[in-house]
Order: sequence, then C-alpha cells, then structure tokens
Amino acid sequence: MQTAETTQTPGSAGAGKIGAEAALDAHGVGKSHLQLQNVSKAFGDEWDRQHVISDMSLDIRPGKMTVVVGPSGCGKSTLVNLIAGYEQPDSGVILLDGNPVKGPGKDRMVVFQETALIPWQTTYQNVVFGPKLRGDLKGKALEDEAKRLLVKVGLGEFMHKYPLQLSGGMQRRAELARALINDPRVMIMDEPFRGLDAMSRGLMQEFFLRLFEENRRTNLFVTSEIDEAIFLADRLVILSNRPASVRKVIEIDLPRPRHYTMLNSPEAFAYKRDAMELLHEEAMKSFRTSSSSSTGGKQGFTSASGH
Amino acid sequence: MASVAQIDGSTPVVRRRSKLAKFMENPTIWRGLLAIVIFLAVWEVGARFDEWFGKEWTLPFIGLIPPPTAVFNAWLKIIPQAGYWDSWLQSFQRVLTGFGAAMLLGIPFGLALAVNKYFRDVFFPPFEVLRPIPPLAWVPASLIFWPTNEMSIAFVTFLGAFFTIVINVLGGARTIDVRYLRAAQSMGASQWDLFSKIILPGTLPSIFTGAAVGMGITWEVVLAAEMISGGGTQGSGGLGFFIWNSYMGGSLEQVVVGMISIGIAGFLSSSAIRWLGDRLMPWRRLF
Repeated sequence: MQTAETTQTPGSAGAGKIGAEAALDAHGVGKSHLQLQNVSKAFGDEWDRQHVISDMSLDIRPGKMTVVVGPSGCGKSTLVNLIAGYEQPDSGVILLDGNPVKGPGKDRMVVFQETALIPWQTTYQNVVFGPKLRGDLKGKALEDEAKRLLVKVGLGEFMHKYPLQLSGGMQRRAELARALINDPRVMIMDEPFRGLDAMSRGLMQEFFLRLFEENRRTNLFVTSEIDEAIFLADRLVILSNRPASVRKVIEIDLPRPRHYTMLNSPEAFAYKRDAMELLHEEAMKSFRTSSSSSTGGKQGFTSASGH
Repeated sequence: MASVAQIDGSTPVVRRRSKLAKFMENPTIWRGLLAIVIFLAVWEVGARFDEWFGKEWTLPFIGLIPPPTAVFNAWLKIIPQAGYWDSWLQSFQRVLTGFGAAMLLGIPFGLALAVNKYFRDVFFPPFEVLRPIPPLAWVPASLIFWPTNEMSIAFVTFLGAFFTIVINVLGGARTIDVRYLRAAQSMGASQWDLFSKIILPGTLPSIFTGAAVGMGITWEVVLAAEMISGGGTQGSGGLGFFIWNSYMGGSLEQVVVGMISIGIAGFLSSSAIRWLGDRLMPWRRLF
C-alpha cells in the first residue's frame, strides 16, 4: 500500500488504487449537511448600504459536490466568509448538521483564492499547523498522518520546502493537504484554482475530483468558470446578480469517476448552454443596475441620458 | 566526480581551490574591488595635481582634500593610540544604547498600535505629531531636561531610531494578508496564537527594514550630537568629537580618517543586522 502511494502522481492516479484508498478513508469521513436559511448580508452605513446577499436559501447536501457559479462581483466571496464564520449574517441562519454556525472552526476548512499557505513555515509545518495548535494529534501519529497526506498530494519530496519554492499547482495541493489533515466536515473551496495556467488547472481539477470521489466529503466549490463547474459538480448552483440569491439549481447527472473528455459530451453541452443562458442574463442585469444604483436614485444613468 | 578530461593525456591535476580563490573568482567581487581601486587612484591623482603641475593646477574640491596615501599614513600613526579606539568604543556604546532602547520600546509599541484599535486611536495622533521633528531639533531641549550630557546624547539617538522602527513595525503588521489570520482561525488558533504565530513572524521583515534604516539614522545622530556637545566626560568624546577636534587642530588627514572610520563602523553595524535577519528569516533567503 505504502509503495503504491509513493508512486502516485496527481492527475494520473489509477482508478484501482483509488478504490483501495477509499476503504482506508471512508469510515472516518462524516457526511455533513450544511444549510443556509434566508441568509442576508449587507455592508456599509445606512445611507450607503450595499446589499450583497439577499434572502439566500441553499442546501449543501451530504456527500455531494455543490458548485456555486455567479457573475463576477455577485457576492461569492462573501458567501464563503459567512459559511466559514469570518463574518456573521445580518439575518437568517447557517446550520451545520442542524447546529447554527457561530464562528470559524475546523469543521469547515477553506481553501482560498491564490495561495494562503503561511510563507514562513515549510510545507510540512503548514500541514501540521492546525493539529499542533489544538493538540488533537501529536507526535508520531501526527507526523505519519502529515507525511501520508503530503505523499498523497504528490509533495512527499517537497515537504521541507517553503511555499515560495513550490509551483502554483504544488501550492494548491499543499493547501489541500493542510485542509484535509483537520478532517473537516465540509470543505469550502473559494476559486482555489484561479491564477493557474490552463494545463495545471485541468490537472488540478482531475486530481481534486479523484480526492473527492474517494470518500465524498461534503463539498462547496465556488468558481466563475462554467466548464470547471460542470466538470466537478453534482449540483450546480447559479447565483443571481447582486444582491445574490439562488437563481437556479441544476443537477449534473454525469457519471463518476469523471474524465475531462466528458466535457465534450452532448449532455455536458446541454448543461453548459442552460447555465450560460442564465449567467448571461444575470451578468446583463449587473450592467443595468450598477449604473442606476451608483446615482443613488431610481432613475438609471442610461435612462437619464435619454432626456 | 567532476574530474576534468585532459586533452594532452597528462595526469589530471586535482585542483583544490581555497575558499579565498573561489571568493575571488566571483565577478561581483572583482568589479567591486576594481571600482574601489579606481576611486582611490582618481582621488590620489586629483589631490596631488597641484604638487605635480604647480599651484595654478589646484583642482576644485578634490585638490583641497588630502590624498589617500597621506590619509593612510595619518591613520597608521593613530591606530596604536588608545584615544582613537576609545572614540570607536564610545560611539559604538552610544549607538547601541540608543538603538537598543529604540528596538526594545519601538517593536512592542508598533505592534500594540497595529493590533489594538483603542491603543492606536489614543497614541497614534501624538506620535504622528512628534515624528516629523528632526532628532537634532531635540538637542537643546534634551540638554536642558537631562542631567548629564551622556543622557542627552542617548535620548536624542534613541529618538532617531525609535520613530523609524515604530512606523515600519506598524506598517508591516497592518499589511499581513488577512487570509493567513483567517486560515489560522479556522484551524482553532487563539488570540495569542494569532499574535505569536502569524502577526509576529509576519512583521519580522518590516522589523528588520526598520532596524536597518534606524541604525543608519542612529549613527548620523550620534555623530552630530557628539560634535555639538563637545566631548564626553572622559578624555575621548567618540568619533564625532574626534573629527571635530581634528578639524580644530587643522589636521585634515585625521578628519578624513574619522570619516572613513564612521563609514566602516556603519558598515559593520548594518552587516550585523543583515546577518541576524538572514538567520531569523530563512524563508527570505530562497533566491
């Protein structure tokens, strides 16, 4: 088993090996249920109130890959901050297995945009950071688990390098290991592959899917790339223009394990066409409303110039 | 492993190059040495122009200062004298006292400004009013309210470094990526963990930038203060007084010796800071 793991490289992992791995992991991973009920969030003082999320209800189902897409600037990052507990909703509740989310916690790990590895810690130190802080995993057990995860994400030989010495793709994989060692009940991915070149992005998507398909940990994945969204998703959530709410949920019924060639299938095309249509509609709205809201009145900039 | 193939078939000679030889092979070192040699040569020729071609050939500026060889001779005469080394010691002591106090007070003060909003609201405005006052403007006032000369000098040198260190620490701590703090929070970090594991190491680069700049200012201020105060309580009054004394005594060579001594002292101080910074921040030595 150990030898099979060390030769494993991301993106090219064989399906047979994955099956054996799943047996190792599966028993430990709970399938948690995350629910947003009528959540609203706004920023700024009363005279300049910016409503970012409005009355959003969303079901992030146990063991499912829920992918959220929306026009840029629609409030996706605010959604992540609310679920992670970095910010509190103005109204509504966020429930994790029925219990309200109060603040940040290790049950909801976030993988951030770009890299958020701590630059003054080596890759290994970054991975053991959480368990060491809490003291829930110690000594040899912690060392073994960290090494197992680092090897799993293909960084066995790079564990004593600093993040700046790693390539973009390696940094993302190191972050995955850092999140996974905390054994979260929900993984929150906030545009994690943004900034990678097309090739590494494709490889990272496949690698990430293999990890997910091993044990199907409840997952929320936020992206602005429609192809990425369809490739990964069980459920595709399309957000409305700002203030964001759920515009539509599309069940993506493509077989797993998935392969990148599936994106060329007629089914994938149909999903993409539907999603694009909705996204385009919402993006067009943002052009219209942003000009009218900036003047503060009901009269939009475009209509005012018509007189 | 890397034996060189000999074309003429002779036995390959294993050349074990010394550290110095390797050091000298570095083109950066060569260029640096060459530049210093050219600089000294131009200075020597320029300063001696009137000796060789007559008084009407005295060059402006460079013709009025002593040539490097004369300076070197003056230096050789001074080196065995205890008074010269006392000047070094005294200036170094003053720099280290002022700089040390500035680091000791400036780093916690800057960090407190960065992490606590109430602290910042109260202390930042007066700090910002005092900061633009040049350290030397404090000299008359500190001569009045400190009982001894030595304490006035220490106080003024402290001010020179303090403001720079605080403003760097504050800026560094406030620009730490919020995602590091959030990631740590998610993993269960307490307030103290956030401070000791994220904010403090994240501020280290700015602390060292502040220290390097502050050290330079400290030397400036110490020298100026020594010239103004006119010597210490013992026979020697530091390198600043050494220069002033030499000027009064009409020895231009010794003035230049004093200037170069300060240059070397400053270089040693900033090298020490860089050395320490490299050891404390291994993640910054990657490239």
